[in-house]
Amino acid sequence: MAALPRQQHPDLLVGLETADDAGVYRLTPEIALIQTVDFFTPIVNDPYLFGQIAAANALSDVYAMGGKPLTAMNILCVSLKMVAKETLQAILTGGMDKIHEAGALLVGGHSVEDPELKYGLSVTGIVHPDRVLANSGARMGDALILTKPLGTGILATASKGRLATPEMEAGMAEVMRTLNRIPEDILIAGHIHAATDITGFGFFGHALEMARGSQVTMTLFASRIPILAAAREFALMGLIPAGSFANRRFCERHLQTAPGIDPLILDLLSDAQTNGGLLLAAAPQAAQGIVTRFQEEGCPAAALVGEITAPGKGIIRVEA
Amino acid sequence: MSQTVDARGLSCPQPVLLTLEALQKSNQGQLTVLVDTDTSKENVLRAAASQGWQEAGVQEQGGEYRITLTKG
Repeated sequence: MAALPRQQHPDLLVGLETADDAGVYRLTPEIALIQTVDFFTPIVNDPYLFGQIAAANALSDVYAMGGKPLTAMNILCVSLKMVAKETLQAILTGGMDKIHEAGALLVGGHSVEDPELKYGLSVTGIVHPDRVLANSGARMGDALILTKPLGTGILATASKGRLATPEMEAGMAEVMRTLNRIPEDILIAGHIHAATDITGFGFFGHALEMARGSQVTMTLFASRIPILAAAREFALMGLIPAGSFANRRFCERHLQTAPGIDPLILDLLSDAQTNGGLLLAAAPQAAQGIVTRFQEEGCPAAALVGEITAPGKGIIRVEA
Repeated sequence: MSQTVDARGLSCPQPVLLTLEALQKSNQGQLTVLVDTDTSKENVLRAAASQGWQEAGVQEQGGEYRITLTKG
């Protein structure tokens, strides 16, 4: 969409140009509308889980802007000749359960005939116009928080190759179906300065967007970044998806890696995620409290993973 | 005894799975793997290293790679 002409409107707070997670439009001085859409092909075999993951993924873009989802519409591409009615029912139930868990309502949807099954949501939410969390607000001295472990792309590849155990698959699905909801008390406290969710561009890709947008240099501490244990093993075996390699190649020239960093960690930090965690830049004195709240609210792996260390043009330093 | 795995045209993770199977079967000697993407080349080299095999050469021609692996 970079080729489309720029649009300007006094109430358009976040549009196409910043590679952000959703669009934001001011309705009143107190309320801005957030809109987003996302759908994809199945990444797990269980249809109910797939529905949950696809819905949690679509809702995530509203959370990444600091917003609260209100309503959602189903998007379904399916061939009724190829997919059993029960399977379809399970996907839609999984999606609806996630929408309800998020405190939102399913209000409609649309389906098209398609031999390749796809499901997702269009989500509408709200946020106070002064509390929009763009990916460009990180400040000097901020602490960086990652709320979920990385490695779901590598695990999904291993799962496709029938190398992952059912326990590993369950662990991966649990990460992907967990909502990226930011507890309301944290949003109101205002200590989060920037947010984005980790998806297809991997941790490095999304961190780089934040570093560039905020005009800063980030320092990441590789040993503190939560990673699914099985993902390391499978990365060593060569089960890295093509998208993750592309991410690494794209980000490499913006990385400064300290001597002695295991090259494997660069693969893991480039791994394309499905509904990965939030990357947050927060005031350093509040950061540990935010991590603890995420751990209490269903993200046990949440951790402090780095700092904003200097002004700059978007460089990521990787230290041990 | 030299063997060849032709994984051209296959999408990830098939080239790696075929390579791992061949490596485990032959246990030592030489194995040649043909792939046609950068990703497959990288992944096949990792798979080989994880099983204790060495890279004895990678030749590229027209976007295809001939990877020679040895052990023992």
